[in-house]
Amino acid sequence: MNEDWVLYEVFIRARSGLEHKHVGSLHAADARMALEHARDTYTRRQEGVSIWVVRSSEIIASDPEEADALFEPARDKVYRHPTFYSIPDDVKNI
Amino acid sequence: MYTQALDSSGAEPGSPASAGEVERERRFQERIDRDEKIEPKDWMPQAYRQTLIRQIAQHAHSEIVGMLPEGNWITRAPTLRRKAVLIAKVQDEGGHGMYLYSAAETLGVSRGELIEQLLAGRAKYSSIFNYPTLTWADIGAIGWLVDGAAIMNQIPLCRCSYGPYARAMVRICKEESFHQRQGYEIMLTLARGTGAQREMAQDALNRWWWPSLMMFGPGDAESVHTAHSMRWKIKRFSNDELRQRFIDLTVPQAQFLDLAIPDPVLRWDEAAQHFITGPIDWSEFQTVLKGHGPCNRERLGARRAAHEAGRWVREAAAAYADKHRDRVGGAERHVQTV
Ligand SMILES: [Fe+2]
Ligand SMILES: [Fe+2]
Repeated sequence: MNEDWVLYEVFIRARSGLEHKHVGSLHAADARMALEHARDTYTRRQEGVSIWVVRSSEIIASDPEEADALFEPARDKVYRHPTFYSIPDDVKNI
Repeated sequence: MYTQALDSSGAEPGSPASAGEVERERRFQERIDRDEKIEPKDWMPQAYRQTLIRQIAQHAHSEIVGMLPEGNWITRAPTLRRKAVLIAKVQDEGGHGMYLYSAAETLGVSRGELIEQLLAGRAKYSSIFNYPTLTWADIGAIGWLVDGAAIMNQIPLCRCSYGPYARAMVRICKEESFHQRQGYEIMLTLARGTGAQREMAQDALNRWWWPSLMMFGPGDAESVHTAHSMRWKIKRFSNDELRQRFIDLTVPQAQFLDLAIPDPVLRWDEAAQHFITGPIDWSEFQTVLKGHGPCNRERLGARRAAHEAGRWVREAAAAYADKHRDRVGGAERHVQTV
């Protein structure tokens, strides 16, 4: 059995003006093939106008076990949201 | 295309080893009960992982083997329009296989291992694909009934607890609907055609009706692993529930075609608001599942031949990639940088 080709993650920009979004992954021998496979696998119905492929091994991810510690500091800072402030109804356009 | 009876064998939740394990399992179940999605790097019980690998792999294999009975008719499609449609459908099924293999790989199994299991005949795939496609009407019946049953099975999987599987299913379900509609359109054309064409359509319905009902897997009484899969939200409805739903939607569609469902005792039950079918011949299902269906050997033979015939292409691509890397040194960037 052959070794699998390199695993790539695929990101697609659905329309001009939108960000690239992760859609899945695929194996390819090199970057060009990864782009071509991504075209065939993920854009058979005009789902995109641009494709990024990234070797999966290049992605550095946060540890789900540390999610609490990582995101906890933002939890009690409700004053970062506009709804935290009460402004009388009579004041317009704010 | 689809999957059936996917939880038919394999891992059971074992007795947890330690108090720590018990606690982790409890917290895991709580997340599932809160309808949180489980992602690849999250902790999960071994049995959950194994159940998913088995189910997703069987599902992926089904998509890939499912290309064969229809691919068989691409060169003989009656018009250019039908040919283009069939190519697009078969290509979709290949894509479905790719989405699903990718989802299975996030659980720690390699693509090579999965392919190897399929080619060695150690993996299961939906037994529906071990029936032959004898006439053009079979392509209609497959799209209408087999893809129809697949959709019924797959829609609840879009809400499965495992994130990568659920997301693959969303993508697949979006694509399946055209598969069923093009099949029904073929049936409609034949049913409104000449006497011979009507007969061909009826014959295809006769042969595909019961195998399609069997795609939902054994009856609930025999389906041993349903409870775990339900608790883990891998499965949301029982085999019999989904089968009944399919029957209720499909019988009126057959009536519209003015074709007869091959079931002499089929009747509408006014009180239950359901169509009630005659008994399903499960011995036939078991025979096909065990590898003695009309086309089991042919399907795997075709897969192996395709794998072997493509070997030189894969080797050439790998050699080219190696050479290119050596020469340019990390030349992954012929693509414009982002
Ligand atoms: Fe399909
Ligand atoms: Fe499919």
